[in-house]
Amino acid sequence: MPYIPHDAEETAAMLAAVGLSSLDALFDEIPSSLQVHDMALPEGLSERVLRRELEGRALSNSPLLCFAGGGAYAHHIPAIVWEIAARGEFYSAYTPYQPEASQGTLQVLYEYQSFITRLTGLEVSNASLYDGASGLAEACLMALRIQGSEKSILVPENLLPSWRKVLDTVLGMQQIRLIPVPYDARTGLLQLPTEAGDAAAMIIPQINAFGLLEAVDSLTDWAHAHGLLSIAVVNPLALAMLKAPGDWGEQGADIAVGEGQPMGIPLTGGGPYFGFLACRKAYVRQLPGRLVAKTVDARGREAYCLTLQAREQHIRRGKATSNICTNQGLMVTAATIHMATLGSHGLQETAQICHTRAQQLREWLKELPGVSFPHAGPFFHEWVLRLPVSAVKVRDALLGHGLLAGIPLQEWHMGEAGDLLVCTTELLEESDLLTYRDALHSVLEAQ
Amino acid sequence: MNYPQENSRQNAVTDSIFDHDHALPAPESPGDIPAELLRKTPLNLPNASELDVLRHYTRLSQKNFSIDTQFYPLGSCTMKYNPRIAHAMASLPGFARLHPDTPAPAMQGLLQVLWELQEWLAAATGMAAVSLTPAAGAQGELAGVAMIRAYHHARGDTARNKMLIPTAAHGTNPASAQMAGFEVIEIPNLPDGDLDMEALDAHLGPDVAGIMLTNPSTLGVFERRIAEIARHVHAAGGLLYYDGANLNAILGRVQPGQMGFDVMHLNLHKTFATPHGGGGPGAGAVAVQERLKPFLPLPTVTKAESGALRWMTAEDAPQSIGQLSAHGGNIGVLLRAHAYIRRLGRMGVGRVSAYAALNANYLLKELQKLGYQVAFPERRASHEFILSVSDLQQASGIRALDVAKRLLDFGIHAPTIYFPQLVPECLLIEPTETESKATLDRFVAVMAQIREEALAHPELLREAPHHLPVGRLDEALAARKLDVAAALS
Amino acid sequence: MSKIPESLRYSDTHEWVEDLGGGRYRMGITDHAQELLGDLVYAEVPEIGKTVKAGTVCGVLESVKAAADLYSPIDGKVLERNEGLSDNPQWLNEDPYGQGWIMVVSADAAAFDKLLDAAAYSAIEGA
Repeated sequence: MPYIPHDAEETAAMLAAVGLSSLDALFDEIPSSLQVHDMALPEGLSERVLRRELEGRALSNSPLLCFAGGGAYAHHIPAIVWEIAARGEFYSAYTPYQPEASQGTLQVLYEYQSFITRLTGLEVSNASLYDGASGLAEACLMALRIQGSEKSILVPENLLPSWRKVLDTVLGMQQIRLIPVPYDARTGLLQLPTEAGDAAAMIIPQINAFGLLEAVDSLTDWAHAHGLLSIAVVNPLALAMLKAPGDWGEQGADIAVGEGQPMGIPLTGGGPYFGFLACRKAYVRQLPGRLVAKTVDARGREAYCLTLQAREQHIRRGKATSNICTNQGLMVTAATIHMATLGSHGLQETAQICHTRAQQLREWLKELPGVSFPHAGPFFHEWVLRLPVSAVKVRDALLGHGLLAGIPLQEWHMGEAGDLLVCTTELLEESDLLTYRDALHSVLEAQ
Repeated sequence: MNYPQENSRQNAVTDSIFDHDHALPAPESPGDIPAELLRKTPLNLPNASELDVLRHYTRLSQKNFSIDTQFYPLGSCTMKYNPRIAHAMASLPGFARLHPDTPAPAMQGLLQVLWELQEWLAAATGMAAVSLTPAAGAQGELAGVAMIRAYHHARGDTARNKMLIPTAAHGTNPASAQMAGFEVIEIPNLPDGDLDMEALDAHLGPDVAGIMLTNPSTLGVFERRIAEIARHVHAAGGLLYYDGANLNAILGRVQPGQMGFDVMHLNLHKTFATPHGGGGPGAGAVAVQERLKPFLPLPTVTKAESGALRWMTAEDAPQSIGQLSAHGGNIGVLLRAHAYIRRLGRMGVGRVSAYAALNANYLLKELQKLGYQVAFPERRASHEFILSVSDLQQASGIRALDVAKRLLDFGIHAPTIYFPQLVPECLLIEPTETESKATLDRFVAVMAQIREEALAHPELLREAPHHLPVGRLDEALAARKLDVAAALS
Repeated sequence: MSKIPESLRYSDTHEWVEDLGGGRYRMGITDHAQELLGDLVYAEVPEIGKTVKAGTVCGVLESVKAAADLYSPIDGKVLERNEGLSDNPQWLNEDPYGQGWIMVVSADAAAFDKLLDAAAYSAIEGA
């Protein structure tokens, strides 16, 4: 029996100890009309055959050179990251409710929180949330709690559309209105809103959905001048190069949130990733999710524990700051090891390579007839390429060349039919960029 | 270079990653980005050597208890063995390197796995359809209660703003209902553990959207009148939500669909053996009866007549409650759950609850023989059971917390304590089906010793643990001075 | 046994009230309340100028393992609050009737008179 160790003799001895004659008798309190004895499941497989079947499935997903971003990024993950994160002591532990038996996980989370506060330039980080998009929804709810009576949030129209959908789902449940902040179609950049209305906060994405860098200082200052909190949406790797939310504008952003996947998390078709959420210390009691603090034990030894648990669902129940129980512990363990392995230096170097590749590819694609770049503003590692033909068709044709060429903006109901969002990371060598140029050239010629 | 002082770090207890910094130059700033958009405050993450990083985190891992190293009878958490083959399969490059925006024709292998898992979870629960996207149990609950609301609203029944929840329920239930905008009404449990039907009937009415139940309940016993509860709630126009936290107790034996539940979530990280990872990632798939299918969260996987698989979108399912995360959920976790079910198969899945219940009932009897008090002695235990040490508290002032901490000294993780809140000084014990009789017998022997100690040498328990990297913590200090990030040196 | 000073009045939600004269009343939580809650780590106290109503929630008290709503014992308006509590929540445990006071409100003498005296509070606390 897979993973059930009992032999017949042991089963009989245990049943006898309980005073029963069969396993079925263990369910004697359950009305027999409710009991089932079979399910439409396939027969079990040996580990050997299971591996063969799943390796076949994995191989049938075409291996592609990745030029797609849009919130999920193909980065190099040093070998030690998952070697350590997948150790059984991290992998198969529960939430650290017994701190004496969980100092490993707790110290990792404390170091994670420390790294995130340094990346974002804010004072407090929680121990992570499900993903960036749901983290943004939590950040909005947090801003509404801080502000008290307001009932809406200013949401840029150049926020990633998948994130916008999550806001619609989660904030919609509580009748919170999302007020759109339009962008200039020519530049792709946000326009300062005309009024704040009854909004509690403004979301400011740095980088926006077109890969462009926003004028975060003036946006933050506008939000504060109108009594709003500013919620920074940021890419953690880009923060190695770009201004930290804590330094935005005169006073800095109030809350920073983002998708943690670029920090050592494999793409895996969309998850599990993790969301990070940081804020000013004054708002810590409105911060949702787990929080780890340093303290001492009875003998004065340094130690770590979960803190401010009274905010959480298992104590406050219906009055909790959020219904969230878990963080994304294992993902955060990997991300912490990833950040520690790269250090400031490695993160800055990686960010720079991503950026240089994006500049280089853009230069090379300029040579192709009929292609253009609709936006002139600065970018990090992602930009929109405008093709003379349908970007969906070109993307599909390039699959045949072993390339995931980008994300057609039409699939997001944004931009024009020829717009393709292209991303480069340090995983792409210069030769890959040339492959991309040549393949795109031949596909465009064939159209 | 920073050399940490060895004498200040007894047995490396205070080893910090920030002790391993090396001075490395920052790279030059790019010329094409305006200066006001570039980083101003130095980044200041430590630049450690790879070997130092490896040692630091390996040593930290050794300070953890885990299923892979200790018996972990944590009630309501189902700490069963997480098969390593599931991890190996989820880590295959063909899955791990897939970008979420890969067009469906180039990710058929993954979609096939997810589609099968949807089908299998529906079959295992007796429900009509499944969405795999919720990232954890709590998000599954949120999706579930949102679907209940969407269902009522779609019928023009907009006055149902109350959600009934037993007093003994997990704290997430009321928190999720609240987050979805419902008013929470608590329904008490009777002394024998069953729900108070009179109180239920008194609250049912045109303003009640539904009831959230766990069965077996958090009290570790099966709700015997579930069919009657379902009849009453349905007759009043409400729906029944099943919290899958305790599904391991009935997997392969009773199906939520058959009990009359309309919508439920599954904790794949409990019942389907995916790792808890020190607090996530989980996966909280939701399953529904036919009439709630249009409201399932997106995206789900759908199969065309040609056999081709693709993600469903809002155009396919306009009544969906929407998206809960940016992509398709915690797919790496779903891959592990799929591998687990495929490995066990029909027979293996069918055996899970029987052996989970055997282990729980065996432990209960053996601990009872030692003199431990069982919260519901007249009831059959499900996959878990509750002890109360109120008698020890009266005899020598020993509390459940002290017993829990002393267990750690013997290399056994503590059971859940002080939950459910209805039972004073309680320990909620869930051994799971993957533990052998020998492990359970050792636990019994340790509990026997602890009981003797509690009466003869209570200070041994009150000061426990003695043999771990740290002793009991000053949690008040942690919250009062609030050091939650390392200060810049 | 917890301390119940004779000079104070009490609510059945375990707050004490002291008559400072001139329609000003100081309030806090009782010794019994702090014992029940355990080590307090945070007090959320209503802002100065805010109107509070008897028997309704006006703040939150957090201990390591619990959170409890703070009820106002009388109708009134907040005149002062104990600003020291934010850095020293342990005062609520160490000296609930002195350094651990929570706020001063302006209120009617009639409302004060309706509160429990020490003997009456002692009876419900023991119950």
